[in-house]
Amino acid sequence: MRIALFATCIVDAMYPATARATVKILERLGHEVVFPSGQACCGQMHVNSGYLKEAVPVIANHVAAFDTEDYDVAVAPSGSCVASVKHQHPMVARSCGDKHLETRATAVGAKTYELSELLVDVLGVTDAGAQLGSYFPHRVTYHPSCHGMRLLRLGDRQARLLGSVAGIDMAELPEADQCCGFGGTFSMKNADVSSAMLEDKTANIMTTGASLCAGGDASCLMHIGGGLSRQGSDITTLHLAEILASTLEEPASVTGEVRISTGKATR
Amino acid sequence: MSTYLGMPSIPVYGTGNLHASESFPKAAHRELGNAQLRANLGHATHTIRDKRIAVVSELPDWEQLRDAGSAIKESVMARLPELLEQFEKTFTARGGVIHWARDATEANEIVAGLIRETGETEVVKIKSMATQEIGLNEYLEEQGIAAFETDLAELIVQLDHDKPSHILVPAIHKNRSQVRDIFLREMEGVDPDLTNEPARLAGAARAHLRRKFLTAKVAVSGANFALADSGTLAVVESEGNGRMCLTLPETLITVMGVEKLLPTWQDLEVFMQLLPRSSTGERMNPYTSLWTGVTEGDGPQNVHLVLLDNGRSAALADEKGRSALHCIRCSACMNVCPVYERTGGHAYGSTYPGPIGAILSPLMTGIQAEENNSLPYASSLCGACYDACPVKINIPDILVHLRSVDVDSKRGKKKIPTQMDVGMNAASWALSSGKRLGLLEKGLPLGRLAAGPDKKITKLPGIAAGWTQSRDIPAPPSQSFRDWWKKEHRTPEPDAAPAASQDQENQP
Amino acid sequence: MSAREEILERIRTALKDSPVAPEIPREYRAASQLDEEALIELLVDRLIDYKAQVSVVDNAEVPARIAELLADAGSYVVPTGLDAGWLTGLELEHDSRRRQDSAAAPLSVAELDGIDAVVTGSAVAVAETGTIILDGSPNQGRRAITLVPDHHICIVKTTDITGILPEAMRRIDGTRPLTMISGPSATSDIELERVEGVHGPRKLDVIIAR
Repeated sequence: MRIALFATCIVDAMYPATARATVKILERLGHEVVFPSGQACCGQMHVNSGYLKEAVPVIANHVAAFDTEDYDVAVAPSGSCVASVKHQHPMVARSCGDKHLETRATAVGAKTYELSELLVDVLGVTDAGAQLGSYFPHRVTYHPSCHGMRLLRLGDRQARLLGSVAGIDMAELPEADQCCGFGGTFSMKNADVSSAMLEDKTANIMTTGASLCAGGDASCLMHIGGGLSRQGSDITTLHLAEILASTLEEPASVTGEVRISTGKATR
Repeated sequence: MSTYLGMPSIPVYGTGNLHASESFPKAAHRELGNAQLRANLGHATHTIRDKRIAVVSELPDWEQLRDAGSAIKESVMARLPELLEQFEKTFTARGGVIHWARDATEANEIVAGLIRETGETEVVKIKSMATQEIGLNEYLEEQGIAAFETDLAELIVQLDHDKPSHILVPAIHKNRSQVRDIFLREMEGVDPDLTNEPARLAGAARAHLRRKFLTAKVAVSGANFALADSGTLAVVESEGNGRMCLTLPETLITVMGVEKLLPTWQDLEVFMQLLPRSSTGERMNPYTSLWTGVTEGDGPQNVHLVLLDNGRSAALADEKGRSALHCIRCSACMNVCPVYERTGGHAYGSTYPGPIGAILSPLMTGIQAEENNSLPYASSLCGACYDACPVKINIPDILVHLRSVDVDSKRGKKKIPTQMDVGMNAASWALSSGKRLGLLEKGLPLGRLAAGPDKKITKLPGIAAGWTQSRDIPAPPSQSFRDWWKKEHRTPEPDAAPAASQDQENQP
Repeated sequence: MSAREEILERIRTALKDSPVAPEIPREYRAASQLDEEALIELLVDRLIDYKAQVSVVDNAEVPARIAELLADAGSYVVPTGLDAGWLTGLELEHDSRRRQDSAAAPLSVAELDGIDAVVTGSAVAVAETGTIILDGSPNQGRRAITLVPDHHICIVKTTDITGILPEAMRRIDGTRPLTMISGPSATSDIELERVEGVHGPRKLDVIIAR
């Protein structure tokens, strides 16, 4: 299958290891990955902040980058950005009266999947340890991000993929379904409330005894990780893609970026 | 239809207790500092969440009920003028009297006038959001009429000279010990040995209000539903204070928003399944009363209904926001809201707090009224409210819509753009081209430099300072993904790709 | 322009985009499949959950059960239309504790306040929600009599038990003065925990008669 990667702006700029891990997983399954070079951002920060007019060029750029490229499906390692592509893009195009953009945006949205959704529903991955060789010998807790959970209805896809990684020790996160308080510009406009929500999230994470918190959205993980770091905790955050990409030979680093090993490892 | 001279210009906004007088972040900051409040709210909202989920998951057809409820309400909005006229006919035919109120002031004057006609100076009241919204109690007090709240939580709030903070449980911000202290301080003739057991507190309220109920000549209520085809009104309650008010007095005055109509009796079977489970987390609330005008020999013989606009027509005029009027005031959205849970209802200023209040208040008052434009931002857009809403109001979408209404309302009006405006403009430029973003990403190592040896950024300027108030930012990577892809990524040879799924049997 | 005309005009103007009223999808349950025994069992379970007291007795035993429940009552009221046979377990026609009430000859609120208990029939019940609906028929009487006395003894005939709410509501006339009762009066107003016993009857006895 020819799969177009939508890296998302935050992963592209801040967490490239997550996108590299996504590529690695898909290539390991024997698929071809392409990276439409015109892509930048889904525009949800603009939409969610009320700047619809400013969102239009961002959305138009995404649609242009993805409706010219030849691919079977597109994938992004982010529930939130995929939800934006699927729901917000046609909505914004409609409200600015651009029928043509709306039609194209709807078509792009229909072909775009969140990573766990693609792996489970399209590529048939049910056992990451067996099918991807995923190996990650750490105690991990997992935060299901709101947009994946409620807008995309990912259900337990991410949790089940993580649970099927060889060597992993999953620790259940109390009140996992509660928002971490990120919410884009909410974390700045309503910094106090956001911080209060974050405090409860990090406190719950600390009760699990996990050495890191996994998730499917880099933005939420940046928020949670930023809170843990500020509180002086040793617990770090890591994107699910990096855990799935981690193998015995090429383990993910739990403190920083995934090292992309080019050396030949022997089993 | 003819067009009259002086046809009203739309929208006409609502007045009364619908406004945030200080911005949400400011009010939230204050409320967050109250540890007792946060503990009380955390306890209460978690209790009700568990109860709601338990009774909702019992019903195999919950989603079908939500679909029906949502469609019925949408249909009511589309047919509102016709249904109001039908209701007026049926209600009047059964001996009820209808009054129409454009806004809070007019509604207050009508109610006060009706009370005055009876010669009474005291009324008993059933908890009603509409009368809270129009500030009826305060108005009546000015007119020399004493209104006694009879719902336990409203009584607590009234005795404490406080403001409600929740639409179902106005005293949710008080715990049992605080309630006992209020009763001991404010309730005449209360047992000085009163404990903080909820049953004892409820008993004290019973004793306190009993005489009032038995002697009251006039009652004021709200209504949960009104059925257009029969002229029937419904009040859903728990304690029996509603039944007391609706049954024993001679005169009953009900104040109801125009959006509360349901077309037919059959529609009620949907809402009476949706409402109790969503609000108190019960299979059914203890008491529901239904009355159709006047019944000879049973209940009040002097029955009035004040139909209230007060900004509802303005909300209806917003095509993307009008479904906020579908709200049946169950409070499920605020009970599941992580923002409400931490700030409580007072931070929203308006009678309607929580997620529904954050959309309903600005829709009814206009986005520019006082600080109401800060309300649509009082959400992380986590979507828990939409999932919980029994009539499927897409609150997150309407929040986002109202944010754009707010942003657009200021365009071209400000001499100096805000930091947010500047940032959004710049981001729009940068993020609408892969090339431009790629160029900017060349600067990532600079951020790495700024982060220093700790590899984290702990202080940012301007609006971004909100972020670093409680969070670090990791050092940016030395190379963006885009750059890595271009320079280093090599598509594996088809043969070399280890299709792990085919290797399963060889796993160690 | 009158307030009525103005409000209606505002609403019509607000709807100038002419939204279309959707079809109502009524795919929710309209009927339950439970037999009589299952209905009784479910209703009993739900009523007990509300802290109502329930007894399931044969028709012939109803009078004795009523008499037993009224043993401690200093006085009780019945609607004039109550099945006279139900009261035969009491001191026959001349129980001095008994008062009668009807729309034609109503007791005053003060009189009702002095009465300990009330015995009524019921219109229909809903097993799934533990709800009893009174519709003001002669065997149920005026709404005030089931409200002011602190102890309500309510007889539900098994033939009046439905499984789910839509079945019950389709059996009754919505324009009668209706009271839907689900347990004794209660409140969740303190810390959202339910406690029984506020302004309505604090004691609800349900006799299911088969």
